[in-house]
Amino acid sequence: MDTRDNRPAALIIGGGIAGIQAALDIANAGFPVYLVEREPSIGGRMAQLDKTFPTLDCSSCILTPRMVEAGRHPKIELLTYSEVVSVELIEGETGYHVRVRRKARYVDVERCVGCGLCAEACRMHGRVDSTFDAGVGKRSAIYVPFPQAVPLKYTVDPLACLFLTRGVCGKTFLCKDACSARAIDFEQQDEFLDLEVGAIIVATGFAPFDPREMPEFGYGQYPEVMTGLEFERLVSASGPTAGKIIRNGKEPRQVVFIQCVGSRDAKHGHAYCSRVCCMYTAKQAHLVCEKLPEAQVTIFYMDIRAFGKGFEEFYDRVRREGVLYRRGNPSEIIRRGEKLIVRAEDTLLGEPVEVEADLVVLAVGMQPRADAGQVADLLGLERSDDGFFREAHPKLRPVESGVAGIYLAGCCQGPKDIPDTVAQAKAAAAAAMIRLAGAR
Amino acid sequence: MQIQARQFARQYDLFGCIQCGKCTGGCPMTLKTQLNIRRLIYQTLVARGSFDLLGFEVLWDCTTCSTCTMRCPKDINPMEVIIGMRSALVEGGRVPPTVKTALESVFRQGNPLSFARSDRAAWVGDLPVRRIADLGEEADFLYYVGCTPSYDPRIHPTTRALVDVFDRAGLKFGILGEEEQCCGSEVRRLGESGLFEMLSEDNLALFEELGIHRLVTVSPHCFNVFRNDYPRNGWQLEVQHYTQVVAELIESGRLTFSGELPRRVTYHDPCYLGKHNGIFDPPRAILRHIPGLELVEMERSRERSLCCEGGGGRMWLEGTNREEKLASRRVQEALETGAEILATACPFCVLTLEEAAKLAGLEERIQVREIMQLVAEVL
Repeated sequence: MDTRDNRPAALIIGGGIAGIQAALDIANAGFPVYLVEREPSIGGRMAQLDKTFPTLDCSSCILTPRMVEAGRHPKIELLTYSEVVSVELIEGETGYHVRVRRKARYVDVERCVGCGLCAEACRMHGRVDSTFDAGVGKRSAIYVPFPQAVPLKYTVDPLACLFLTRGVCGKTFLCKDACSARAIDFEQQDEFLDLEVGAIIVATGFAPFDPREMPEFGYGQYPEVMTGLEFERLVSASGPTAGKIIRNGKEPRQVVFIQCVGSRDAKHGHAYCSRVCCMYTAKQAHLVCEKLPEAQVTIFYMDIRAFGKGFEEFYDRVRREGVLYRRGNPSEIIRRGEKLIVRAEDTLLGEPVEVEADLVVLAVGMQPRADAGQVADLLGLERSDDGFFREAHPKLRPVESGVAGIYLAGCCQGPKDIPDTVAQAKAAAAAAMIRLAGAR
Repeated sequence: MQIQARQFARQYDLFGCIQCGKCTGGCPMTLKTQLNIRRLIYQTLVARGSFDLLGFEVLWDCTTCSTCTMRCPKDINPMEVIIGMRSALVEGGRVPPTVKTALESVFRQGNPLSFARSDRAAWVGDLPVRRIADLGEEADFLYYVGCTPSYDPRIHPTTRALVDVFDRAGLKFGILGEEEQCCGSEVRRLGESGLFEMLSEDNLALFEELGIHRLVTVSPHCFNVFRNDYPRNGWQLEVQHYTQVVAELIESGRLTFSGELPRRVTYHDPCYLGKHNGIFDPPRAILRHIPGLELVEMERSRERSLCCEGGGGRMWLEGTNREEKLASRRVQEALETGAEILATACPFCVLTLEEAAKLAGLEERIQVREIMQLVAEVL
């Protein structure tokens, strides 16, 4: 990274769209940026999405150029497959000493050309659940999460690799034999990197709600019940079915969406609205109509929240495409023969109803990541009642944390959609730069 | 029969309701009657002044299975709303005759079954069971038998088998004998809150006098009321359902089986053990330890189990639809697993399911058994 002019650097934790946006803004202003991402590639949740509401832009088509720009930027050092392990205030409080653990990829990134011959050769080829594909697709033990990954470097999954889990993988390493660049190195160890930074932006994102907490929906029991995020991968042209909506080997004829799964739900500790589910469900219903014109599409909802630019208009369009909105919060899903039955009260009819389905998509909400508490401890952040990181003031200091020099961007602070995430990331970048400029 | 709508709404947090319908959508009663708790809540909210419940016979349909309460996203308790509304009917004297008989019997004889108080311990027969009053400090726990297990001969095998199992494991326990009276679970759920208060005060006074701190019950209904309703009256009791005790005895090696039961068995989760108290695994652990027994699960099990219609006072109430029985559906669901035995751990479930199997002429194909009956076969 270019640090010739000796300007103070920023650290950004999390390489989703919030982290990428903040990194680009700060780097374009001339400050060096360390962008730390836990996964092997930057991109985050936005890379997993198919199309974005309400404009129906292809998510990865608008994201990939930003990822590439961040990857090539002379002022940005990407630290992927890495985690921040300690943060300490510098004497005089001008910034922070940060220690980053660079996890062993077991691949020499200088040599790896991203050709993928190793993954083809791997004994676990097609047998490991792909995290990126939300478990809908399979990969090898050596992998890139998705074809547009930045950096396009392979990583050995230490939990799936036969050699790393059992100490032996056949008579010879198939991956090493296949790699003409001789990049695979099972001797590789974790490395630690010590940085000095003037500001930190936390952009660690969210976790989708796990509907196993609501056993009444039979998620995990019925393969035809899936989450919104899983549906994104199923419907994506880059997903495991190349965008064909297929479950149990056939195209569904009756598709039911259930809104507010794990949102607005005090029982499961998520009293808040997740703000994106109404619209992503409308978009997914539109995609079903487009790809399966014969399918009956029903959306069960409590209230529709279409508050953003172009949202109400999109909701109007989707209904006119023939999507049936029924008011009621379904109570359970049961199997009857070949079909699933969604049981609900249609509250406008005032009657209990049973709706048949071959595919049920649960519009799961957002929740804090499981390690939000650890991250908070590491940085001295506070969390609000909902578990997300607390901003310094809910109205007047929305991107500052309570800690000097540490800023918040994206869904780690609370659920939000892509435009709001980008806006908050730019604001956090501006706030960080004010501090960096003053520190000179 | 009037409730003061605004006050009632505040008392039960009804202003927090968003009318999403999750309560009604999962209510097992909607499979057969017009009960709609979401609408009842709305009618209360929009009522001006008082809300007259006269003629709302559907209030007696609720089995208090707690599905609505478990799932309400706003943490409202629709089941308690129904109990509160029943209270208004009880206070107004508008009670179905069978309920009246049951409640009067509790008042006079300490049980809802119209049996004599003095016959409460007749089930003991020649069993070497001691009165807890005679044991004093020696007793580890009170074996609280409950009304149906005390009087109903169809449940006696379970009542007696538990004595055998406790003895084999060397547990020191006693019973109250003729001094035992109704726990008040069904009384409370029928809306007779005055009588319930009386029973709970009497029982607590007796427990205190005898120095009882721990008790074990046969029925999940007694277990639930002692565990969840009694503490409100200021007394902390350690309460266990027998399945917890027996599973622990098996797992710690203090109870072993010599016989075997090579049968395919499915287990029906009683609402008051499962949904109300989250006890799903101990009964299954007991069944799994029975040598030769193959445990299979029904399509709907654990939190999703279908109510048998025995709770909420429904043992003494037909409700507004006498023809269809949820217990019949449940027996069908059990048959679909290919099980020869439908096991459960609640006296009410045993009675309702057994009757349903009998009415459908399915006794040859599937037997309804209380878990302890199966345990007794392999001791």
